[in-house]
Amino acid sequence: MAHDNKEQVDAITGVTTTGHSWDDIQELNNPLPRWWLWTFYASIAWAIAYCIAYPAWPLVSSYTKGALGWQSREAVVADLDALKQQRSGMTTKLADASLEEIRRDPEMFAFARAQGKAAFGDNCAPCHGAGGAGAKGYPNLNDDDWLWGGSLVQIEHTIRHGARSTSDQGHSGTMPAFGRDGMLKREEISHAADYVRSLSGLSTDKSTNLSAGAKVFAENCAACHGDKGQGNLELGAPNLSDKIWLFGSDKATIVEGLMNGRGGVMPTWHGRLDDTTIKALTLYVHSLGGDQRP
Amino acid sequence: MIWIKAAQLAPSYPIVIQIETIATDSMADAPLPHPLGAATDDAPLYAPRKQIYPQAVKGRYRTIKWVVLAVTLGIYYFLPFIRWDRGPNAPDQAILVDLANSRFYFFFIEIWPQEVYYITGLLVLAALTLFLMNAVAGRVWCGYLCPQTVWTDLFYAVERWVEGDRRERMRHDRGKLTLSVLGRKSLKHFIWLVIAWWTGGAWVLYFADAPTLVYELATFQASFHAYLWIGILTFTTYTLAGFMREQVCTYMCPWPRIQAALTDEYALNVTYRYDRGEPRGSVKKNEALKLQGLPAGDCIDCNQCVAVCPTGVDIRKGLQLDCIQCGLCMDACDNVMDKIGRPQGLIAYDTDMNVQARIEGRPEVRRIVRPRTLFYAGLIALVGAVMIASLAMRQNLYLSVMHDRNPLFVRLSDGSIRNGFTIRIANKNLDARRYALTIEGLAEAKVDVVGGEIDQRGRAIVAVGPDQTLEARVLVTDTASTDADSTALRFVLTDLATGDTASTIDHFKAP
Repeated sequence: MAHDNKEQVDAITGVTTTGHSWDDIQELNNPLPRWWLWTFYASIAWAIAYCIAYPAWPLVSSYTKGALGWQSREAVVADLDALKQQRSGMTTKLADASLEEIRRDPEMFAFARAQGKAAFGDNCAPCHGAGGAGAKGYPNLNDDDWLWGGSLVQIEHTIRHGARSTSDQGHSGTMPAFGRDGMLKREEISHAADYVRSLSGLSTDKSTNLSAGAKVFAENCAACHGDKGQGNLELGAPNLSDKIWLFGSDKATIVEGLMNGRGGVMPTWHGRLDDTTIKALTLYVHSLGGDQRP
Repeated sequence: MIWIKAAQLAPSYPIVIQIETIATDSMADAPLPHPLGAATDDAPLYAPRKQIYPQAVKGRYRTIKWVVLAVTLGIYYFLPFIRWDRGPNAPDQAILVDLANSRFYFFFIEIWPQEVYYITGLLVLAALTLFLMNAVAGRVWCGYLCPQTVWTDLFYAVERWVEGDRRERMRHDRGKLTLSVLGRKSLKHFIWLVIAWWTGGAWVLYFADAPTLVYELATFQASFHAYLWIGILTFTTYTLAGFMREQVCTYMCPWPRIQAALTDEYALNVTYRYDRGEPRGSVKKNEALKLQGLPAGDCIDCNQCVAVCPTGVDIRKGLQLDCIQCGLCMDACDNVMDKIGRPQGLIAYDTDMNVQARIEGRPEVRRIVRPRTLFYAGLIALVGAVMIASLAMRQNLYLSVMHDRNPLFVRLSDGSIRNGFTIRIANKNLDARRYALTIEGLAEAKVDVVGGEIDQRGRAIVAVGPDQTLEARVLVTDTASTDADSTALRFVLTDLATGDTASTIDHFKAP
């Protein structure tokens, strides 16, 4: 664009223009109002003061701390304390009430469920899944099949002390490795696996000898799983006659369990989570599908 | 600061070009219109503010402005005190923004946070009304209704009452600061601060029970936030109406820019009828010119229109950004015309198109009803109708259902399939209600509300407190083996007291 340094004055307003022209539209060079300029300077002053007062500049291995000593970490701690303070009334109520009382009180129940859901996501979801759907070897908490019992008290005990955990009060009892330890022969294991499948009405090999399987079952398995395979909550022995399979219902999976044994671990949460959180977790997990069956 | 001339924005819009001819014809010896004098090499970086001393004026538009001022300020200051009986479980204040309980009360309407779209509708209506006003008569909002205009007007009235009219105030500011002047100025600022304080005080009354809060404020028991907000609004009112004044309109407000883009040649504006006024001259000089058969206008260049202007513009230069079209120059000019025995209306609501038409001897065109105004009016009617309809059909019961994401379904030990849902029930009634939750779509299925109860007919019953929501977990178990992997399911919630129902659709998932 041709540009001479001559002042160009707009004829209509008498104001100088910047000399730029776009499609014959010119830009007037009006000065700023004085107060606007003051606001601008005040903003600069504010920015400088802010840099002095608050953490601002990164240094090689540190940063400028700021005159006020403000720290985002401390601010978070303060926020968390305030939150705790805000919740303290409800937390105390929860700590004092029994599980059954909490469940009957809609307000406490809603609070406990919300807190339990958050604690579940933090602590339980890695194994049991975000919605408690479980995975192979990790029980689904939404169904009505509870290895160690689905009542409020039983769920609380399981959360607090775990199963096959480091706690003395935790549930114990494992599925032995019948095959690996030489207690059963391969043939017997195959018969037993077919028999177990038949307990819940699943199809079996035509060639199989169910009565041989029944004999193996009665001698080796019934002690824990019950005569009809109905399971035993005391030992955490799964019900083999229902439709729910912790590891899978195909014959190979059952044979694998018989060969090598099973023994999933639920850690003890006592000491890692406070009592109120364990209570809240109990109520949350119970609301997923607890109490449906003994 | 960039000002683009109106003529360049809309080449078909003739205003600025015509003004230019007038300006060069009649004001060749007058100083250039722009106050900044920036046409030199060493133009300052900033523009010193031109102090404005608007003169008192009486007349039709001044009266309208007083009435509008009294009505709007009256509404603002006293509305929170109006009572509205809603029964025992709700506040009895007609207009209340209840932040603590997230409720907005407006007479018979109670709005929950999820219904903020009513506010959106209200804002859309407000914008469209603004556009319609603009299409009919330009900056009506700016001139008469805008809070900035109303409060500034009030502050000017106080200033005039305490310090005197234009000439006195100019003398005070130029002369020595005597004790009397200091006293008057102090009194003025004191009254300003009281008004500003009242403005902030009225504001907080919309957020709490007004009589209680007034008592608490007076006895210093109110919350810190109440005092803080009063303080903030006292500061903004005092600053914006006492000091910033026309600068807010000229520099801060976006509406003048938007307005200029929205307007058209039919919109009435406060217009100096230069066809009648030019060439301007003193009464005697122009009478003499007329006798000689030479052109002579009605404008006697008395500058009264400029003296009364609260933004310090000269309306005779035509439409300009700074002009808020408050109409006071029309009053001033009419008074002068009355005195010299010429007809009123040298400055009047008119269009430049008509001025041009009269010069060229064409007939005037006045079209209030035209596609643009009809379009805005139609949109207002439409949005208003939608708002009224949705308010009339607003239910006091609301149900939403969310299917569990994980797991989608679960197989129970007997082989039946269960789905988990989270439901949220909103009871907008002001008393506690009990509801029965049933489902349609799965004949054999059983519904359980975790923590709820079952009545003798086997329905799941939920109780929700007054004006509350309840979130509950619902388990739907289907004992019959469904083949479909997804079955449409309707949740129906029935108010046991009134029989009102709310329903929503979700799905039952199976393997």
